[in-house]
Amino acid sequence: MCTSVCATHLSIETMEAFDTIARSPYVAVALTFVIFILARAIQRRSGMAMLNPILVTIAALVAILCLGGIDYETYNAGGKYIDFWLKPAVVALGVPLYKQISAIRKQLLPILMAEITGCVIGVSSVMLIATWLGGSRDVVLSLAAKSVTTPIAIEVTNNIGGIPALTAAVVVCTGIFGGMAGFGMMRLSHIKSPIAQGLSMGTAAHAVGTAAAIEAGGSRYGAFSSLGLIVNGLLTALLTPLILALMAPLLP
Amino acid sequence: MILQLAILFAFLALGEAVTALAGIPVPGSITGMILLTVSLQTRLIRIEWVERGASLLVDNLGFFFIPAGVGVMNCFGLIADQWLPITAACVVSTFIIIAVTGHVHQRVRHTSFNRNNGGI
Repeated sequence: MCTSVCATHLSIETMEAFDTIARSPYVAVALTFVIFILARAIQRRSGMAMLNPILVTIAALVAILCLGGIDYETYNAGGKYIDFWLKPAVVALGVPLYKQISAIRKQLLPILMAEITGCVIGVSSVMLIATWLGGSRDVVLSLAAKSVTTPIAIEVTNNIGGIPALTAAVVVCTGIFGGMAGFGMMRLSHIKSPIAQGLSMGTAAHAVGTAAAIEAGGSRYGAFSSLGLIVNGLLTALLTPLILALMAPLLP
Repeated sequence: MILQLAILFAFLALGEAVTALAGIPVPGSITGMILLTVSLQTRLIRIEWVERGASLLVDNLGFFFIPAGVGVMNCFGLIADQWLPITAACVVSTFIIIAVTGHVHQRVRHTSFNRNNGGI
């Protein structure tokens, strides 16, 4: 009888310990680092572009949290300290941008024209396609800013009445998808100039696309991709309410 | 490295302040990035002061998106209900943006290049 009491006692203690560990923000941060490092090693070993380390890490973390019965808020008590670095990292993109400023000045007109068309067609196409396929109004609105970096996208979604959590997920997935498939899409659509390629990646797939562009082509790509993400970010923040007003009769 | 990060955070803080005071619908980080670029261009800040710190952050940009991506688990229900409009719209629209942005840039650049040459 004593043994059974002791065993119950022990298992309660173990469960409490497990609970404390699961709630520690440091464990969440450490777990994210370890899984990311493993995911990167797996991609390098296998050489498969499909195994994007960001995507694999997100999938693994979601699986672990679901299996362990841990909610997102508990994970994010640590996760928010990683998220915290997103803003200074966006500021840091000013450095590659500065390095290419003379090239940008020479092409101000083509860059502006490309960005304005890219932004308007991007925002309207995602909303139209989602509407045609039967998306509900809040989902359609949450997709409008899917191509711009999370902090801007969430602000836009809040402004127009979408669901910020859905926008955050969709933005990250769009970035990963654009980063993985972007160069193939550009080959298909005959976009050959390095400047046009960098610009397209940043416009369609924000900072994750920029990271892919830097990996594929170096910091010159990164500069034009950063430019694409900045200009499209600004235009999306400013133009989305206007585009929405013009498209109102076509949306659910 | 401390100085490098200090400058980056100072620009972020400045960007947040400018955004809040001016009431513009753009995040402080974008304002901070623009202010940093302008300060580098006007030689107010030297590139050596921020270069290493900036590349540490820029090189690992994707990593910082992971917690936001894990947030997908909070809207599984919604995604399960409407997975087709969500994924199809994002995939097709991403392709459209890449094709349109790249082509407009290549065309306009080609036209203005020819016009400039014609002028000479």
